[in-house]
Amino acid sequence: MIEVKNLSKSFGENLVLDDISFKFERGQVNMIIGQSGSGKSVLTKCMVGLHKPDTGEILYDGTSFIELPLEEKKEIRKNIGMLFQASALFDSMTVEENVMFPLTMFTDMSKSEMRDRANECLERVNLEDKNNLLPSETSGGMQKRIAIARAIVMKPKYLFCDEPNSGLDPQTAIVIDTLISEITREMDITTVVISHDMNSVIEIGDHIIFIYKGKKWWEGSKQEMIKTTNQEINDFVYASEFMKTLKDKLG
Amino acid sequence: MNTIFHVGRYIILIGRVFSRPENLKIYWHLFIKEVDKIGISSLGLVVLMSLFIGMVITLQTASNIDSPLIPAYTVGFTARQSIILEFSPTILSLILAGKVGSNIASEIGTMRVTEQIDALEIMGVNSAAYLILPKILGGLFIFPFLIIISMFLGVFGGWAIGVSTGIITSNEYVYGIQYDFRPFSVTYAMIKTLVFAFIITSVSAYHGYYARGSALEVGKSSTQAVVFSSVLILTLNYIITQLILI
Repeated sequence: MIEVKNLSKSFGENLVLDDISFKFERGQVNMIIGQSGSGKSVLTKCMVGLHKPDTGEILYDGTSFIELPLEEKKEIRKNIGMLFQASALFDSMTVEENVMFPLTMFTDMSKSEMRDRANECLERVNLEDKNNLLPSETSGGMQKRIAIARAIVMKPKYLFCDEPNSGLDPQTAIVIDTLISEITREMDITTVVISHDMNSVIEIGDHIIFIYKGKKWWEGSKQEMIKTTNQEINDFVYASEFMKTLKDKLG
Repeated sequence: MNTIFHVGRYIILIGRVFSRPENLKIYWHLFIKEVDKIGISSLGLVVLMSLFIGMVITLQTASNIDSPLIPAYTVGFTARQSIILEFSPTILSLILAGKVGSNIASEIGTMRVTEQIDALEIMGVNSAAYLILPKILGGLFIFPFLIIISMFLGVFGGWAIGVSTGIITSNEYVYGIQYDFRPFSVTYAMIKTLVFAFIITSVSAYHGYYARGSALEVGKSSTQAVVFSSVLILTLNYIITQLILI
């Protein structure tokens, strides 16, 4: 479980996050949605420790993360897997080396054990026989799957996905969404997905928070989101003609 | 104010670089890779530069000595002094700052803008140590070898051109390069080399590590890395010479 309490963050005079609080449960796909520039990415970076919030608290299964000494912070980070928007694969390493990387840094496993674990993760994301390719030799969808394999190789408790569908075609996007959802259930982990792709939200979102102008504007399930009368979230969710038509048809 | 900010941030970064590594075995592999990337791949440039500069120093010295009172071995003596004291440790370091420095800054800068450094941090890896320490140690290890090779080749290039063009005999040149030789000159050159190796690798890594934005910014940080490394090399060259030789 991840709990955020009264989190605020500003850059100079610009207040980006304003007193945000929420709780993300284990075994669920928790989605952070909002317009571009609303503060989603900053919120996520605060949650994983890449930015230090001005005020507030972040608790990983009850352990306060922000004020922890660096070494203890590292221990929590070893339980975090992250899928970046641009995959962030190490371009000088092969697919297999990328997936094995956290194991080589933090475990005493033998090379063959590491290879087995990496292959297991690659098979889980339906990527076989690509071990010796460089990331640049794979497609965008494959890179996302490799990044998911790398994110889960250490059997994390928390999985963060920053716009996992950006730059992907609709079919591949569904494959990635499904993988994220399945892995969350299988591994019983707390998953946080940052997105502004409404298909994704409808497809896999269990618990959704809507960030608007740096504040947590709305929170609920996707069923509640569809029915809400909140003007800002309706403007966001039904921004496209497709979603408007769908809403009209479904009443 | 800006300078103080950068100096402070550089010192903090270096502090992180020299903190305890997570996995020594991995760092050893990275060190070997960097020795190859920084050193071995620069060997061609070092050989070419040193040979030709040695030749040119010899030719220029010979062409500028008109007086019959100046002995012919002065050509060898001048070539040796120029190469050991200045060309190999300083000028070659400036050239390597361009090649190695821009390479380090653009490699780390690209990793920064493509979030690879963030990925390392989230995994719990000390990204500064992982990316920069092997480069600094690799540079400190391999630069002295490159400079010694350069010294030999520079002096050899001078001998080869001097003898082949007939401006000096082999005996005179060899006497010149042995004349009044002080081994401390090599120690002085090595001290400079180690300082410059540290500057080139760490300053370039600093510029790459704090690159922001797009590919354009990576290019800018790469240029800045070369400019700042070069300015520091020139400044420290003066300071070290003043402290050690005078």
